[in-house]
Amino acid sequence: MSDDIVLRTEDLTKHYGGVHALEGADFELKQGEHVAIMGDNGAGKSTFVRQITGVEQRTRGRIWLYGDEVNFAGPLDAREAGIETVFQTLALADDLDVPDNLFLGREMTKWNWLGPFRVLDYKGMRDATVAGLERTAVKIPNIRNTIRNMSGGQRQCVAIARTATFHSRLTIMDEPTAALGVQETAQVENIVRQLKEAGEPLILISHNMRQVMDLVDRIIVFRRGRIVANLDRNETDGQDVVAYITGAKTGAEYEGAA
Amino acid sequence: MADTSHGTGGLAFDKSKRAWPNEVNIFIALVLIVLIFEALGQLLPYMKGQSMLFDFNSGRDGTILNMARIKIIILQVSIIGIIALGVTQVIITGGIDLSSGSIVGATAMISMSFAQTELVNGNPNPKAIFGPWAMDLPILVPIAVGLGCGLIAGSINGLLIAYTRIPPFIATLGMMVSARGVAKWWSRGNPISFPTDEYAAISNGNLVDGLTFGVFSESWIVTQVFDGQNPAIYFLLLAVLFHFIMKYTVYGKHTYAIGSNEDAARMSGINVAWQKVMVYAVAGMLAGFAAILLTSRNVTAQAGMGFVYELDAIAMAVIGGVSLAGGRGSIIGTVLGAMIFGVIISGFTYLKLDAFYQEMVKGGIIVAAVVLDQWRQRRAALKS
Repeated sequence: MSDDIVLRTEDLTKHYGGVHALEGADFELKQGEHVAIMGDNGAGKSTFVRQITGVEQRTRGRIWLYGDEVNFAGPLDAREAGIETVFQTLALADDLDVPDNLFLGREMTKWNWLGPFRVLDYKGMRDATVAGLERTAVKIPNIRNTIRNMSGGQRQCVAIARTATFHSRLTIMDEPTAALGVQETAQVENIVRQLKEAGEPLILISHNMRQVMDLVDRIIVFRRGRIVANLDRNETDGQDVVAYITGAKTGAEYEGAA
Repeated sequence: MADTSHGTGGLAFDKSKRAWPNEVNIFIALVLIVLIFEALGQLLPYMKGQSMLFDFNSGRDGTILNMARIKIIILQVSIIGIIALGVTQVIITGGIDLSSGSIVGATAMISMSFAQTELVNGNPNPKAIFGPWAMDLPILVPIAVGLGCGLIAGSINGLLIAYTRIPPFIATLGMMVSARGVAKWWSRGNPISFPTDEYAAISNGNLVDGLTFGVFSESWIVTQVFDGQNPAIYFLLLAVLFHFIMKYTVYGKHTYAIGSNEDAARMSGINVAWQKVMVYAVAGMLAGFAAILLTSRNVTAQAGMGFVYELDAIAMAVIGGVSLAGGRGSIIGTVLGAMIFGVIISGFTYLKLDAFYQEMVKGGIIVAAVVLDQWRQRRAALKS
């Protein structure tokens, strides 16, 4: 298998009791590629992401990350392997500031012989945070402010900045702009473009057709737990994608799937 | 896209939005309360213009401060203040600890029974709990026993809360009732008295004199400022230690993270359950230390010791700006909260008012502190 493939899944399947939330998903993401996952509510998009990130355990199927087969026991395993996820519900601690949140659970420390009372290396974390924010062109005037005092867009940026700070190998964003205003959405989209320029691979889950058409190389459409289309962004348009989402059309290679 | 500067319109982030530290507000509250008492001292005819904290006439201490009263203010809150340092951490995780007062009671009885002296005025100790083997033990034994009791009780709280997922209110309520039971059962309700001189010196000795090997025994600092102030010195030393721990160590950061957003903490790889066990264990141990200081100071242990200390400790933390929702508050805040507590108690004595007025006002101040905190939060939320 080529090292060019960042993520590959084969026959990825998840059943919740009798509900087939995800059925036989074969998926590939190439180095530096940005792929959008679209589909109606309940089509299996989030289920797909939850299997990749180890939040849930799949019913069957196999996953490869950079050519190595992986079996994540939990989301932490996935993060350590380099998959950074920006969740729909932001996993941020409101009363902590930006570096604290970026390094939560993986703090830079000194005097490690003190065990749980080892001392935080605030300066190291601040410097790394500033570097990470620069890499993603995220602008947060005062990183020492607590998350509670930030706007929705800034919060989302903090969540995204984690990926840049930790040199993740794959970024997954689950509807990153669903709760944001126009300007804040533009800010997040700019960061996504930065990641593209930097050659960072990305999976974007979004309902926003304009955004998807603006940002990604490829669009994967889910319907009723199955992948029904794999579209090159340059050879498709919004109406076409909607036809696949609603079930008016099904990709040739996926005939009989749904 | 080369232009990476995002439109700043709605995103501008000006520094004025930064909330100033809550501790400043609490300090202002402390100053205001002192001023109110000073004003009452001047206005009430029967006070004859006395001042609470100042003493311009005698100059006994070489200062214009009324050192005697300032020392009492700190001393009387220091033992409960030590408990409040632990309670602060528990509340920051989003929990509550109702058991500290009862842990004080149980620990007082148990540690005192290892601190007894064999002969009292040449006669056998009339309150002896154990046989001669437990008499005149090295000072470290009762201290270790006391800290150990607190640690065990606190760990049980923590394990129950972290692994059975029962609410902290219930787990520590159970411990509150049971530990009080232990305190009463230990000597069948009899007081335990006559500790060794070393044990009595923990609270009643002069720590600063001891630590400086008597070099400064004659100095003003030793004889005036720190004499008979050991509990206050321990309180302030522990406050400095835990201020550092909460602010600059992983332990502190994870404690705040759990209180801010427990799910985020878990997703970030923090061992939430273990962190909670540690926090409750530390709180238990501080209650145990408070019991040692209390029994040493009173040279006796009684099963009723520490009664409702947990509520005073929680009140100190809450007045000091520790949010019951978790995630916010600080050790400095709690120390200031304890001082407010001390000033109110002393202030009522100074105004020659009966103790029951204190309680009424104390209750009102606790509620006012929470109302103010919530009001501040809502205002901050509206601004951002």
